[in-house]
Amino acid sequence: MRFWLVQSLNGLALGGLLFLLSSGFSLIFGLMRVANLTHGAYFMLGAYVGLSVLNAGYGFWVAVAAGAAAIALLGGVLERVLLRKLSGRTLSQVLVTLGIAFIISDASLLVWSGDPMPLPMPPSLTGAVAIFGGYFPRYRLAVVGISLLVAVLLWLLLERTRVGAMIRAGVDDMEMARALGIPVPRLFTAVFCLGAALAGMGGVLGGPILSVYPGLDMDMLPLALIVLILGGAGSLPGALLGSFFIGFLYTFGQALLPDLAYVILFLPMVAAIALRPKGLFARAA
Amino acid sequence: MRRALPAAAAIALLLSPLLLPSEFYVNIAAQVLIAAIFALSLNLLVGYGGLISLGHAAYLGTAAYLTIGLVTRAGFGQLPAALCAVGLATAMAAVFGLLALRATGLGFLMITLALGQILWGLAYRWVALTGGDNGLSGFTRPAPLGLALTSPRAFYLFVVAVFACAFVLLALLARSPFGAGLRGVRDQPRRMQALGWNTWLIRYAAFVIAGFWGAVAGVLFAYYNQFISPHVLGLTSSAEVLLMVIAGGAGTLLGPLAGAAVVVLLKNVASAYVTRWVMLLGIVFVAIVVFMPEGLVPGLSRLRRRRRAAGAA
Repeated sequence: MRFWLVQSLNGLALGGLLFLLSSGFSLIFGLMRVANLTHGAYFMLGAYVGLSVLNAGYGFWVAVAAGAAAIALLGGVLERVLLRKLSGRTLSQVLVTLGIAFIISDASLLVWSGDPMPLPMPPSLTGAVAIFGGYFPRYRLAVVGISLLVAVLLWLLLERTRVGAMIRAGVDDMEMARALGIPVPRLFTAVFCLGAALAGMGGVLGGPILSVYPGLDMDMLPLALIVLILGGAGSLPGALLGSFFIGFLYTFGQALLPDLAYVILFLPMVAAIALRPKGLFARAA
Repeated sequence: MRRALPAAAAIALLLSPLLLPSEFYVNIAAQVLIAAIFALSLNLLVGYGGLISLGHAAYLGTAAYLTIGLVTRAGFGQLPAALCAVGLATAMAAVFGLLALRATGLGFLMITLALGQILWGLAYRWVALTGGDNGLSGFTRPAPLGLALTSPRAFYLFVVAVFACAFVLLALLARSPFGAGLRGVRDQPRRMQALGWNTWLIRYAAFVIAGFWGAVAGVLFAYYNQFISPHVLGLTSSAEVLLMVIAGGAGTLLGPLAGAAVVVLLKNVASAYVTRWVMLLGIVFVAIVVFMPEGLVPGLSRLRRRRRAAGAA
């Protein structure tokens, strides 16, 4: 029983991190039709930036903010400088994001070396709390809470604000949104920055749990892909459900069948691809 | 005669590396041709089919793992191992094709990427089967028909023979009605459908054939390196071969060969000076996509046409 409870919390925490990663990935894909293959690299780079800020003596939450801000800036610049140039050529855009992912990956190896490094937890969140007779690491509970908070804020942004309405209009029907005078290019940059910021923040928050190491980017990118395939493009609820589902599946897979955990992860994706008759990547209604 | 002359010239050119004094260059030439077979197989999908795959390393890697694993771990003979490797990897392509071709365009790209990652995950994490990060070693090259492939020159001859087969067969395929159908499906899928072509089946056949030649390249890759590790199945490998196709010129026959030569030489030369191959790969990737999207071979032949036109005027 203890095992199941503790692993469930681990699954929730991983799901929360995945949500931070894949909500942006899904929004960018839904709005811009760009599979941003740099997204895993954003996550990793965010964690490295956070690590450097922590090593410089600043607090954990400063590191989280710095990671998010740095990656948002990077994402915005890449979108403006490279992706904008290739607008209308979707596949070229994807290939460019892949090239950048390799550059970031190798540059991080150069700067931060090849050793896996855990980020220290914020002192206020170390230790465990007792619930129902089980002890749960406080930090993981906090990660779950933060990701749920982000989910609510994102939902409010998308459903209750003017900008959110514009984004939804863009996801639903880009041509129509343009025709109605919605400033689509600016929207693209904004959503790209937002998605990048979330990924960077996820990286720092994931640091104490996953550590940061070369290859983290390529570990995380397929997870975001799976969540997108399961949850549907541009769908916030889809990303949330998909993230927690994959978080659980991976955690229990690793605990029960460590050799095959990574492969098990892809089974729902294969099922989704095989069973969904049409519109695998259809824009979410 | 019109065809015999270029063919003789091509064979002479292919055999010329044997005259090189150093075996180092003979080995590099072998690497180029193996990569070229791999790139030609992907070119069928990317160039003629318009289907950009980011998981093509799956077939090369699986065949290479099987070639080495069946010999060193399961006690197979060399020939049965090679045949099984190609057969099983092609069968895998037949299954993966069913999944990947549920979509085209971006969806296809993402599904192939995800499928490729599954295999990478298997190779990397299922240590009992694949040796994990250490990979599989202890393999020696076979000696078909008494030709010991352990010598670099003999091995190069063997690779030239396989490459010539692959090139000629894929060239014939590209010129056949099937090739025309595939290009038609790439450019005008709806019209092709209206004309009564089964667009899905054409794409699927191309996918399986591409998997087959990728697997053939995988057997040669295993012979060349006599060692295999999960790295071969990684996204970097799939991206490398895609870069060869795009850099050389997708949808041309010589493009993948030129792309393979450029990437292999770049990799070998660069690794002598810098250790940052992955970064270089990324930079080249971005540069090619942004500045030369049509690739080397079409770009150069356009240049030649323009000069000829200028000379005539």
